[in-house]
Amino acid sequence: MAGETRKQARQPVAEGKAQGNGISAVSQNGHADATAEDGASEAFVEYPAGAYTHEELGLSGDDARAMYRNMLLQRRFEERAAQMYGKQKIGGFLHLYIGQEAVSTGSAYAMEIGKDSAITAYRDHGLGLALGMTSNECMAELFGKVGGSSRGKGGSMHYFKKELNFYGGHGIVGGHIAVGAGIAFAHKYKGDGGVCLTYFGDGAVGQGSFHEAMNLAALYETPCVFVIENNEYAMGTATHRAFAQPDFYRYADSYGMPSALASGMDIFSVYKAMSDHIAMARNNRPSILEVRTYRYRGHSMSDPANYRTREELDARKEQDPIVRLKGYLLERELASNEDLDAVDAEIKQEVMDSVTFSEESPAPAISEIYEQVYAQTDYPFLTD
Amino acid sequence: MAVLQFREALRAAMVEEMERDENIFLIGEEVAEYNGAYKVSEGMLDRFGAGRVIDTPISESGFAGLGVGAAMAGLRPVVEFMTFNFSFVAFDQLVNNAAKIRYMSGGQYAVPIVFRGPNGAAGQLAATHNTAVESLYSYFPGLKVVAPSNPDDAKGLLKSAIRDDDPVIFLESESMYGLKGEVSDAADYLIPLGKARIAREGADVTLVAHQKSYWRALEAADRLAEDGYEAEVIDPRTIRPLDIDAIAASVRKTNRLVVVDESNPFASFSSEVACQVQERLFDWLDAPVLRVTAKDTPAPYAKNLIEYYMPRAEDIVAAAKKALYAR
Ligand SMILES: Cc1ncc(C[n+]2csc(CCOP(=O)(O)OP(=O)(O)O)c2C)c(N)n1
Ligand SMILES: [Mg+2]
Repeated sequence: MAGETRKQARQPVAEGKAQGNGISAVSQNGHADATAEDGASEAFVEYPAGAYTHEELGLSGDDARAMYRNMLLQRRFEERAAQMYGKQKIGGFLHLYIGQEAVSTGSAYAMEIGKDSAITAYRDHGLGLALGMTSNECMAELFGKVGGSSRGKGGSMHYFKKELNFYGGHGIVGGHIAVGAGIAFAHKYKGDGGVCLTYFGDGAVGQGSFHEAMNLAALYETPCVFVIENNEYAMGTATHRAFAQPDFYRYADSYGMPSALASGMDIFSVYKAMSDHIAMARNNRPSILEVRTYRYRGHSMSDPANYRTREELDARKEQDPIVRLKGYLLERELASNEDLDAVDAEIKQEVMDSVTFSEESPAPAISEIYEQVYAQTDYPFLTD
Repeated sequence: MAVLQFREALRAAMVEEMERDENIFLIGEEVAEYNGAYKVSEGMLDRFGAGRVIDTPISESGFAGLGVGAAMAGLRPVVEFMTFNFSFVAFDQLVNNAAKIRYMSGGQYAVPIVFRGPNGAAGQLAATHNTAVESLYSYFPGLKVVAPSNPDDAKGLLKSAIRDDDPVIFLESESMYGLKGEVSDAADYLIPLGKARIAREGADVTLVAHQKSYWRALEAADRLAEDGYEAEVIDPRTIRPLDIDAIAASVRKTNRLVVVDESNPFASFSSEVACQVQERLFDWLDAPVLRVTAKDTPAPYAKNLIEYYMPRAEDIVAAAKKALYAR
């Protein structure tokens, strides 16, 4: 019956292997190798957690430390934003990215910011900050102040930053996936060498826009990486309850695209996977990269997240990408505890300063309601 | 009379109808295991089982179309949109299929389906999550559009909508789900579609307002009364078919009309009412028909902007006074 809980069938075949990361040596949904149980052939690559060192990836100690700072900024920013929401400084919906920071940071370091483009859904604070939006403009946008990136007109779900080729935060699930294909189309059309990274959640895979965009991107060979941030839930719906075939990377087969599965709990896995996929995109080969990640908070501030257990959440927090990188930096003596504490203190100050900035930034003038509706600003009807 | 929240009244209507007719089922995002994004369907999965209270993926076009097909084939789906902003993903199913199949099939196929969910603004949700759709969907012949403002009407109208043999767009409101009111416990409580309700009588000016705007209009009527003007408040309840006779009767009495609507003003419910009234009653009008609507722009996020953007009681008072040539 349509509404009955869907198959739990694609659970890990080898329990023992499926631990420790967003993914293990096998896909979470049970594909032990390149051949599905049903015999369908599929070629895809995996980027498990713990498989890479920074040196192997050509990253310096400075890079690794910068990645740490980049992730921690997102975490601290959102923790503070949640508090400000509680104080009603922020209205509407607030969707936190906490837990998923390795995805944004890993890709920000793999791409060429300014040349390449990015577009995502409404859970957009992390990516915005990772790409280089400032805490001030991000916090002020949440406060609905003129110091915000969209002058307080877009709010949490609608960050945009043109200088960074950040094409937004989008509130309607799935709609922006096709837009991402279009941005990639423009890169190719203009021959500017850029690629577009198009991020969306597991839930968006249920939308027609996803499937239409995949086919268009493949057909027109657009330089696009479709990044599925699989955090296992779309609101209260676990992926296996919403998809007959919940191994999302496998959809690439239907569109003749390459695909891969990466752990989103290890920044180096994300970085490596993104680098490989961006390289394919530069050759006009669009692809799907499914990243297995997890959100620690409810879907939005009003969601108590009763659909999952405390144990599940705690187990996932054990694999925290920031804690993992911290351990790595310490173990490799790339940083000392004191160094990292100092980074944390500095970030906390930056975020507190952004709160002060946002408090002090003025609310938009009422007349701004009528601004930015059209390019032409003096239409007589654009007034009370 | 029992006092129910708006959401409870809606649930009561669905539960009663589903118990009466097993061809009725509820389908939509988070309606079953999560008990509804806004808890309208709380407990219904337990009561009716997963075969009749059905969770969907985020596939509005798909499940709206599935509903249309099921309706053509003899079932009576109630399709919940988490909000009507997301119905735009399913626009083709609503406006091409649901609305037109009876006509195109020469009457062979009916599409008895209800699309329901919250409509319009709910605070600082910014442009994509703030669209009031009554003007839009009532544009399409073949669709009926219902927009109740209190729990009693919600129950009686939803039951009628479910029994209706045509597609009904049934509009609720995120910010009204908790609203409490007395609800008839008559055994089979049906309020006919297409009948307005006179909520407050008055001889000086007519205010037509539905859903959240209705409450703003009542507030405005109180303030006008303090200044000595008696407003008649009409809640159309159904946007299409529109009870223009009730509105016309009131305007014949007051000779002045203000229409309040959360839609953007251009080609909208308010412009339709204004047009029909001037066509019928030009000689009866003592002042131009005035409108209080959302501003003619997308919706902004900032608190001060969105508050100003939506119709406020003070705007209605000002418009009424203008129609009254007062002060
Ligand atoms: C078309 C559409 N339908 C429904 C919604 C309501 N909604 C917002 S987020 C969401 C869940 C999306 O889940 P997913 O894509 O997995 O992203 P995540 O929240 O996990 O980041 C839903 C149903 C929406 N915004 N747009
Ligand atoms: Mg998700």
